[in-house]
Amino acid sequence: MIPAAAAPPLGASAAGENLLGNSVSYRFSHLLGIEALTAEQITFLLDQSKPFQEIQKHPLKKLATLRGKSVALAFFEPSTRTRISFATAASRLGADSMNLQAESSSLKKGESLLDTVHTLDAMKPDCIVMRHASSGAPDFVAKHLQIPVINAGDGTHEHPTQALLDALTIRDHLGHIDKLNVTILGDIQHSRVARSNIQLLGKFGCRFTLCGPAMWLPREIERVGPAGCEIRRTSRMDEALTDADVIIVLRVQSERMNEPSLPTDEYVLQYQLNEERLALAQPGALVLHPGPMIRGLEIDSAVADGPQSCVLEQVTNGVAVRMALLYLLTGGEPSVGAKKDSPSAGD
Amino acid sequence: MLWIKNGRVIDPATNIDAKLDVLIDGENIVACGVPDDIAQLAGKNRGAANTTFDATGLIVAPGFIDLHCHLREPGGEASETIVTGTKAAARGGFTAICPMPNTRPVNDNASVTRSIIERATFAAGVRVWPIGACSAGSKGESLAEIAAMKQAGIVAVSDDGKPVANAKLMRQIMDYCGSLGLPVIDHCEDVSLAAGAVMREGETSVRLGHRGMPAAAESICVGRDTQVAALTGGRLHIAHLSAKASLELVRDAKKRGLAVTCEVTPHHFTLIDEDVAYDTNFKMNPPLASREDRDALLAGLADGTVDAIATDHAPHEPSSKAVEFDKAPFGITGFETALALGLQQLVHTGRIKLMRLVELFTTGPARVLGMERRIAPGQPADLTLFSTDHAWTFRSNESASKSRNTPFDGREFKGAPMATIVAGKVICRR
Repeated sequence: MIPAAAAPPLGASAAGENLLGNSVSYRFSHLLGIEALTAEQITFLLDQSKPFQEIQKHPLKKLATLRGKSVALAFFEPSTRTRISFATAASRLGADSMNLQAESSSLKKGESLLDTVHTLDAMKPDCIVMRHASSGAPDFVAKHLQIPVINAGDGTHEHPTQALLDALTIRDHLGHIDKLNVTILGDIQHSRVARSNIQLLGKFGCRFTLCGPAMWLPREIERVGPAGCEIRRTSRMDEALTDADVIIVLRVQSERMNEPSLPTDEYVLQYQLNEERLALAQPGALVLHPGPMIRGLEIDSAVADGPQSCVLEQVTNGVAVRMALLYLLTGGEPSVGAKKDSPSAGD
Repeated sequence: MLWIKNGRVIDPATNIDAKLDVLIDGENIVACGVPDDIAQLAGKNRGAANTTFDATGLIVAPGFIDLHCHLREPGGEASETIVTGTKAAARGGFTAICPMPNTRPVNDNASVTRSIIERATFAAGVRVWPIGACSAGSKGESLAEIAAMKQAGIVAVSDDGKPVANAKLMRQIMDYCGSLGLPVIDHCEDVSLAAGAVMREGETSVRLGHRGMPAAAESICVGRDTQVAALTGGRLHIAHLSAKASLELVRDAKKRGLAVTCEVTPHHFTLIDEDVAYDTNFKMNPPLASREDRDALLAGLADGTVDAIATDHAPHEPSSKAVEFDKAPFGITGFETALALGLQQLVHTGRIKLMRLVELFTTGPARVLGMERRIAPGQPADLTLFSTDHAWTFRSNESASKSRNTPFDGREFKGAPMATIVAGKVICRR
């Protein structure tokens, strides 16, 4: 049995009531990106994730909330952690997942994305989680399907669930996500994680310092945040790290290294986050990494394994956030949820 | 005889803007004058079975010329054919159009040129003036059979769709075409800067996560080729110019007396990169530019730097555009919305006079091709009759084109082509 507090709150009177005490409910038809969400909606999603975080700590982690539902996991781009995280989230809610993987998909045989997702849709999943190498592919699919689409990372556009789990992790540690100094290190230009984090934390007044090799720091990135969001760019680590409350280290995508080629050693010399550099940040500054992390390249092992690292917590929180989303998007009608039975716990 | 009555004749070649009638005999204009004179002339020729066309409330302009379009035939008939393309062109008020050579096979030899011209004779009646490839296969390696194509009927050369990356080859093309009296139409794009890009680089591309090409991808090439033009003395025409920096280079080249001209498309003077999201009907090459660039183009259209409006009509069958943004082909259709966009963006806003708009569709492009276009006795009876106030809504599913890829579906307009006359025949009437 799971304690009542652990039950997804949407089922009972908590339907639509978030921690702000507002009696509001949000209907999410899709999750395509963070940009379109309001701060209130984000807070709501983070609050909804709380009980699912609790479930992760429980010896019996499986709910029957979404029993009989199925989630299509359409990963058109190779992914391990995000796919497993969504699969775990679905399974812990009692839902089945339908797996489509890029390597074995009919896309390889020349089928169009639209035909592939229509085929998947014809198998009647209750929602589709998709990752795709093309920016905007989930938006495109959402326009053609009736079921909810969750963006699990699209090209260099957004990775909304990553930003949500990052925010949840930060909030757990610092108690809030307001007006923080957030430093993002690495290949900003090609990072969907950076974009989603800027969109999310920017709505809470966080100030950003983006740091990396100059050719990976497009000038225009300073203006892509939410209105009033302060974003500065620097290629100097000392400048970037001073006063940082949160440091998000991006993976150095070696496939990007060749445009134009930047020697790996050069990156390590200039931009690796090591203990000495970390000491410039606020005491106790949080270190986040979306993974997979390459030790010795963008991050030194001492930092990755150090007390300020939140890397594994991020992974655990990822399951919770994704459970909350799957629940909200496929669990029925949030607006009429109050009339429904509380989702049963345990299996 | 065809007697066009009660219209307002606007002819940039003679700077005439007056209520005049036009009398056509066979394929040619016999007279353009005040109604009484024309009535007398027509009266004399009563035996010749006069037909009258009441052009009350309409502008009577020389026939519109489109310097830049893609008819997809041969090889791309799923997207367009010469029949459907010319039908759409006629609806757009165009009396002559210049299809680019990037067909399959490429129009890089006289037999392809001849087949296009022959197919066009069975089509909608619009004159089809093919543009030949400047390099063999448009591969940018060696010269195409340009003189033979000229004999077969091409009016210009271009490797449109891609640039001539090799400056030395560009010099040879310019030299050779200079001797043949053909303009070289230049698709300006630095391929290394544009590699993989799907839209213009800027705030919007960064926000959307689209790979962008900077404006310099175009202007670097314009800079190089205006210098090649200076080196050779050949006639250089910049296709679908989109960037402010490119326009300044053209303005400068003109000031120096070089034979450099340029065209701008309706979508580039209407839309900007901020309009792009993930709808592939907003994907074209060159991509929609910044607001600053667009405003510079509007200024260039007004001050005379821009010589012609060209559609770059680029049909793509629906399934090819119903894909991820970065997988979609570049290009949008353009014949049927060109004039209406010109009126909407340029004339109704007061940026330019009607005379100038007509110039951009007629004498401007004609000059680029080294031709004349005017309403005068002895001239071919190619006329475009249009309204400046006819209210209508463009519906892509009613288009005469075989394709539907347009960002202007559902757009409301004031003003439209009402009749297209080619060689004395009314080939299209609204």
